[in-house]
Amino acid sequence: MTLSPIELVPTADDRRIARYAAAAIALSVVEAAIPMPLPGVKPGLANIIILVVLARYGWRDAVWVSLLRVVAGSLLIGQFLAPGFFLSLAGALASLIVLGLAMHLPARLFGPVSQSLIAAFAHIAGQLAVARLWLVPHDGLFYLLPFFALAALLFGLANGLAAAKLLEETRPA
Amino acid sequence: MKSFLRFMKPGDWAVLLAFAAATAALAPVAFQGGAAEKAVVRRDGVVVAELPLTQARRIEVQGALGTSVIEVQPGRARVAADPGPRQYCVRQGWLSQPNAIAICAPSHISLSIAGRASSHDSLAY
Repeated sequence: MTLSPIELVPTADDRRIARYAAAAIALSVVEAAIPMPLPGVKPGLANIIILVVLARYGWRDAVWVSLLRVVAGSLLIGQFLAPGFFLSLAGALASLIVLGLAMHLPARLFGPVSQSLIAAFAHIAGQLAVARLWLVPHDGLFYLLPFFALAALLFGLANGLAAAKLLEETRPA
Repeated sequence: MKSFLRFMKPGDWAVLLAFAAATAALAPVAFQGGAAEKAVVRRDGVVVAELPLTQARRIEVQGALGTSVIEVQPGRARVAADPGPRQYCVRQGWLSQPNAIAICAPSHISLSIAGRASSHDSLAY
């Protein structure tokens, strides 16, 4: 191996983020293969990973994993810089912002399920805002809102429960 | 399934119920299908009149055979009279659904109802 004057030394932080991002990317690639009745409705399984990272390592790591997931996931399924990529990015950013606030809710009363539901609704809100302003500048878009809200409710609940289960099973030593 | 209930903290139930209520409140949006808003009269495909379906009025339109009468009442519209030989568009009666259309082919006149959005591409009787 040739010696390079530039050497990137990954820190423990980098490795940990890369590991979780890899899991999140794998989940988003898997769910891209699941047929859905309405375009734009997805289970958002990668958000389980985001919630786990948020609970264990905090918001900064969750942002890293989430954005790496959006960029690398879209590269893998060939959607990078396509409309779907920007919708995904808008949803992820909106989710991360509200998660940054929701994580300060008292943990005694609010668990991953609350965070998951709040993030899921923020996700559709961010997506619809970008879609309305840019992709489909017509109010007819909002007729889809009830279906997106129902999907966010069901998948937000399911992902939150999954994250709670994972956090319980693999409590860091 | 029951074992998952232990992950639900009191606040989680509250958040779940709040979002479920919000989702239920949004449900009617999916089923209103767009209200009829105006009647559009065309001759040879060219719009000659657009009448809001809020006030009653009658207009006369010059067609290929003579004068047709379009009547609008709140929420509905019809071809009241037409010189065509078979009177299909007149006998179709009142139109109130978005995208419903009455065509007076001999006169080259059509009357359609436009809405904000509709579950149908067109309605013909």
